[in-house]
Amino acid sequence: MATLESKIPAGPVAEKWSNYKAHQKLVNPKNKRKLDVIVVGTGLAGASAAASLGEMGFKVKNFCIQDSPRRAHSIAAQGGINAAKNYQNDGDSVYRLFYDTVKGGDYRAREANVYRLAEVSASIIDQCVAQGVPFAREYGGMLANRSFGGAQVSRTFYAKGQTGQQLLLGAYSALMCQVNAGTVELYTRYEMLDLVVIDGRARGIIARNLVTGNIERFAAHAVVIGTGGYGNAYFLSTNAMGCNCSAAMACYRKGAFFANPSYVQIHPTCIPVHGDKQSKLTLMSESLRNDGRIWVPKKLEDAKRLQAGEIQGKDIPEEDRDYYLERRYPAFGNLVPRDVASRAAKERCDKGFGVNNTGLAVFLDFSQAIKDFGRKEIEARYGNLFDMYEEITDESPYETPMMIYPAVHYTMGGIWVDYELQTTVKGLFAIGECNFSDHGANRLGASALMQGLADGYFVLPYTIQNYLSDQITVPRFSVDLPEFVEAEKAVRDRIQKLFNIKGKRSVDSIHKELGRVMWDYVGMGRNAKGLEEGLAKLKEIRKEFYSNLFIPGAAEGVNVELEKAVRLEDFILMGELVANDALTRNESCGGHFREEYQTEEGEAKRDDENYFYVGCWEYQGSDDKAPVLHKEPLEYEAIKVQTRNYKN
Amino acid sequence: MWLTQSSIGRKVIMSVTGIALILFLTFHGCMNLVALFSRDAYNTICEMLGANWYAVAATVGLGALVVLHFVYAFILTLQNRRARGASRYAVTDRPGKVEWASQNMFVLGVIVVLGLLLHLWDFWYNMMFQELIGATGQAHHLAADGYHWIEQTFANPCKTAVYVVWFAAIWFHLTHGFWSALQTLGLNGKIWFNRWKVIGNVYVTLLMLMFVVVAIYFAACGGACCTGCC
Amino acid sequence: MAKNISFTIKYWKQNGPKDKGHFEQREMKNIPDDTSFLEMLDILNEELINDGKEPFVFDHDCREGICGMCSLYINGTPHGKTATGATTCQLYMRRFNDGDVITVEPWRSAAFPVIKDCMVDRSAFDKIQAAGGYVTVRTGQPQDANAILIPKQDADEAMDCATCIGCGACVAACKNGSAMLYVSSKVSQFALLPQGRPEAAKRAKAMVAKMDELGFGNCTNTRACEAVCPKNESIANIARLNREFIKAKLAD
Repeated sequence: MATLESKIPAGPVAEKWSNYKAHQKLVNPKNKRKLDVIVVGTGLAGASAAASLGEMGFKVKNFCIQDSPRRAHSIAAQGGINAAKNYQNDGDSVYRLFYDTVKGGDYRAREANVYRLAEVSASIIDQCVAQGVPFAREYGGMLANRSFGGAQVSRTFYAKGQTGQQLLLGAYSALMCQVNAGTVELYTRYEMLDLVVIDGRARGIIARNLVTGNIERFAAHAVVIGTGGYGNAYFLSTNAMGCNCSAAMACYRKGAFFANPSYVQIHPTCIPVHGDKQSKLTLMSESLRNDGRIWVPKKLEDAKRLQAGEIQGKDIPEEDRDYYLERRYPAFGNLVPRDVASRAAKERCDKGFGVNNTGLAVFLDFSQAIKDFGRKEIEARYGNLFDMYEEITDESPYETPMMIYPAVHYTMGGIWVDYELQTTVKGLFAIGECNFSDHGANRLGASALMQGLADGYFVLPYTIQNYLSDQITVPRFSVDLPEFVEAEKAVRDRIQKLFNIKGKRSVDSIHKELGRVMWDYVGMGRNAKGLEEGLAKLKEIRKEFYSNLFIPGAAEGVNVELEKAVRLEDFILMGELVANDALTRNESCGGHFREEYQTEEGEAKRDDENYFYVGCWEYQGSDDKAPVLHKEPLEYEAIKVQTRNYKN
Repeated sequence: MWLTQSSIGRKVIMSVTGIALILFLTFHGCMNLVALFSRDAYNTICEMLGANWYAVAATVGLGALVVLHFVYAFILTLQNRRARGASRYAVTDRPGKVEWASQNMFVLGVIVVLGLLLHLWDFWYNMMFQELIGATGQAHHLAADGYHWIEQTFANPCKTAVYVVWFAAIWFHLTHGFWSALQTLGLNGKIWFNRWKVIGNVYVTLLMLMFVVVAIYFAACGGACCTGCC
Repeated sequence: MAKNISFTIKYWKQNGPKDKGHFEQREMKNIPDDTSFLEMLDILNEELINDGKEPFVFDHDCREGICGMCSLYINGTPHGKTATGATTCQLYMRRFNDGDVITVEPWRSAAFPVIKDCMVDRSAFDKIQAAGGYVTVRTGQPQDANAILIPKQDADEAMDCATCIGCGACVAACKNGSAMLYVSSKVSQFALLPQGRPEAAKRAKAMVAKMDELGFGNCTNTRACEAVCPKNESIANIARLNREFIKAKLAD
C-alpha cells in the first residue's frame, strides 16, 4: 500500500529548499535524452513544466484537450500574480508572503511547501519579464504593483485585467519554442482517460483522440498531470466549460490519494446567477475590491423593495447602507480573504438583505471611487471589466452599483503530493491546481498563478530528476506490454458501457442536477445532516446516470456528448469525495465551513487539536465503495498556529 | 529572392510600382494642364516626349511598371482566392470600417487597364508609335501635335463620358492604393494612419481633378475657345 | 427584466473536411434574451438530443471572452455583432429580435479546415507561433525583472498587441484568408520590448515564412480583420511587421 511520506527535507524552513537542491540526485545531459516524460495539461503548470523539461533535454509528450495549448483555463485569471519582490518598499519579504499564504490558508497548508513557493516567487517574475510578458509599469519604467485580498503590502504584479492570459502566453511561447526544437511533442485535442501503472510505477497513459475517436497508448518513464481543479462538479462555476477532473480521477482510481477535497473556494465577486439556462458564472476580478465598496441595505424593507424591482441601489441614501465588510473587519475592510468575503455575503443574503430579484446578490459600488479619482481613472483601471459586466447584465457599473454574488472558483484540494510533488503512485507527479499542497483551506488572490508557475518552472524540473536519476538504465517502454493492452481495453469497455445505457437524458441535464445538489448540500455552508442527505442524493444521481443517460452518435470521430459523459461520471465520484471529506472534517476552516462550528460572530471555528492534518482519501477499487481516509499530520516549525484575525 | 518569394515581398512590388505610377500620373496631370493655356507649349512637351531615346526608354520603363503591377495583382488575387478556400459564406456583412474600394481593387484595376488600352489607342498609337514606325505624311505631321489628339478625342461626348468614368475608377483605386502602399512599406502607425488617409485623399482628388478638368474643358469648347477667350 | 424572443436558426452541419456540408434549420421558441448566444446553442442541442439527434458541434470553452476557442460566424460577422467587440461567448440574445433568421457558419478559410460542423482546425496558428513567436530564454534565474527599465508607453503598447487571443476571426473575416493581424500582433509585442529585440529580425522572417507556407493569403489592407477583432488589435501592427520584415530582409 502507498504510504504518506511527505519527504520534507531537514533543517530550518528557510533552508529546506536550498538543502534539497544541493543534495538531490541529478540526471546528466546525455541520459536525459533517454528519458521520456508525459505532461498532461498545458496550463501555467503544465506548459511551463513541459517547456522546462524539454529545454533540459528530456523527451516530453504534452497533451491538452483544447485545440491549442494556449486555451488552457489559466488564461482566464484576471487580477495578478504575487511575488515577494518588495519593489514598493512596503516591508514585504519572502517570510511575509509565506506567512500571509499560510494564514490565508487558515493554517491547513504544508509549511515547507509554502515557504518554497514564496522563495521562488521572485524568480517567476524575472523569468516572465525575460520572456517578454508585458507587465504593467510605472512611468519610470519600473514594474507596477497592486494590492490583493489577505495582504497588507502591494506585491501583486499584473498585466491589465489579463494577467493569467499574459503569463500563460509566456509559458505557451516557451513551450512552442521547445516544440520547434523538437524536444516537446504536442498532442492537442487529446484527453487522458487512464493511467498505466507497471510494477507500481506510472509508466504511461491511455488517451482518446478527440478528433478521430481513437483510443491511443503512450509510454514514458514518468507522468506529470497538471489538469486543474474540479470546480465544475458544481456545474455552475467560474471554470471553463471543458475543465474537468477526469485525469485526476484516473490517477485516483489507480492509487493516487486525493487530499482535502472539501476545500473548495467560493469566490466572492462573480456576476449573480440569472436563470436556469445559464451555463457558467463570470468572475469579476478581485482587484475590483481595491476601489469598490461592498454593501447591502441596512433596512430590510429597502432590501424587499430592491428585490421587487421598485427601487434601485442608487436610490438608497448613504446612511441606510451597510458596508458590512468594513463594519466587521476594519483592518482589512473590503480586502479580506475570499472565504471571509463570500461567507459574509451569504450571511447577509440569508438574512434577507440580498439586492436582486433572486435575493442572492450584494452591491459592489464604485460611486465613492469615481468621486475620489474621477471616472477617467476608474475607466483606466477597470474599463475592460466594466464593459464586460455591461455586456452581460445590460447595466453600466459607472451609473448603478454592480451586483455580485459568490461562486465556485478554485479547488484547494487535489491529488496528494509529497515535497517533491510526487503522488502516492511512484513516478506520477501532480502540479498546479491539480495538487493540494500550497493553499491550505483557502487560497489568496493572485497565488494560483504563482503556484502554477512555481511548480512548472522551478520545482518539478528539479524534483523529478531525483526520481528519474535511477531510471536511466530503464529502457523505453513498449506500448504493447499487457498493462497497456489491459488499460486500453478498460477504457473501451467503459465507453461502450456508457453508450449501452441508451436512456433518455442528456449529459447536461444530469450534470445540472449534480451541480444543484453540490451547491445546496456541499456548498458554502455545510452541516452534517445536509451532507448526509447530499451523499444520498449523489447516489441517486449515479443511479440515474447509469440507467437513463443518452449519448447520441458513435465512439468514432468527434463526439462531444461522449466527452462530457465521461467527465460527468468522474464529477459524480468527485462530488462524493468532497462530501465525504466535508462530513469527516468536523471543524470550519477556510473554504470549508461547517455551520455547526462557528463563533458567535459567525466566523469559522477551527479545531486544531483534532483536525490539524491533511485528509487523504484512498480509492477502494470501485466507485460504489466508500473511500478510506488517511491522515498526514501537519507539523509547523516556523509559524505559530493561531486564529485568523482580519479585524485589527 | 524575398521580393517574389514572400507575401510581404510581393506586396512590396505592388506598393513600389503603385507609388511610381502615382508619380507618373502626377507628371502626366501637370503636363495636361499646360494644354489649357497654350497649344504650342503643350506640343513642345509632346515633341520632347516623341521618339527620343530617353522618352522611349521611359515609356518602356513605364510599361514595365504597369505590367509588373498588373501581373502581381493577378498572382496575389489568385493566391488569395485559393487561401480563402472552396466554401463561401452564405451571409456576409461588410463592417463600416472597410472601404468598398479596398475590397474591389482588382476589379477597379481591370477597369483601369481597359481604359488605359483605349487611351493608348487614342493617343500613344497616333503619336509615339507613328514616329517609331517612321510614318510619313499626314500621320507624321500629326504625331507631334498632341493638342490635336486631345481635341479629337474629347470632341466625342461618349468618349468623354468613358474617360470620366475611367478617371473615377482610378480615383477609387488610388484612394485605397495611396495609404495601402505606405502601409505595406511599413511607413504607417496608429497616429499616421489618419494623416496618410487625409493626405492621400486630398492628393488623389487634386490629381484626378487635373485630368477631369482638361477632359471637360475640351469637351465643352473643343479647345477653340482657348485661343479665343483665354 | 428579461423578455423572451423567438427566431429561426440556420446552422452549418459538415461531417469532416471532405464533406460538402449543408445548413439545417430550427425554430427556437421563447428564448430569454439574457441568455448568451452559446447558452442558446446549448438549448438547441438539448432539444436535438431529446429528439435523438446528434448535437450541433462548435468550439467553446471559457465563455468569458479570453480563451479564444469560440469561432462562430454569425449573420455575416465573425463572433456576431456586439457593442464593444467581443467573442461569440459574450454575445447576448438581447442583440437579436423576435422573428430574426440567425445564420451560423464556421470560419471559412483554406488554412482552417472544418473538423465537424462549426469546429475548425486552427493548429496552423500554433505552427506559426512555434516558428518564432517567443524570446529564447532558459528557465532559471535571469537578471532581476527591474534590471531593464521599460517606458510605460512601450509596455502598454506591447500589452495591447499581446492581448490577441488567437481566435482566428481576422482570418475568417479577411477576403484573402490572411493571418497578418495575428502574426503582426505577436511580432509587435516582442518588437516593442527590449527583451524581444535581439531576435526581432529572425522572428519576423521565420513567422512570415511559416505563415506563407501554411497557405494563408496576402494582406491587401482592407481592414476587415481590425474591424472584427474581439480584442481590437490594430493594423498598425501589420505596418510594424512589414517594417520589421523589410528591414530584416534588406539587412541580409
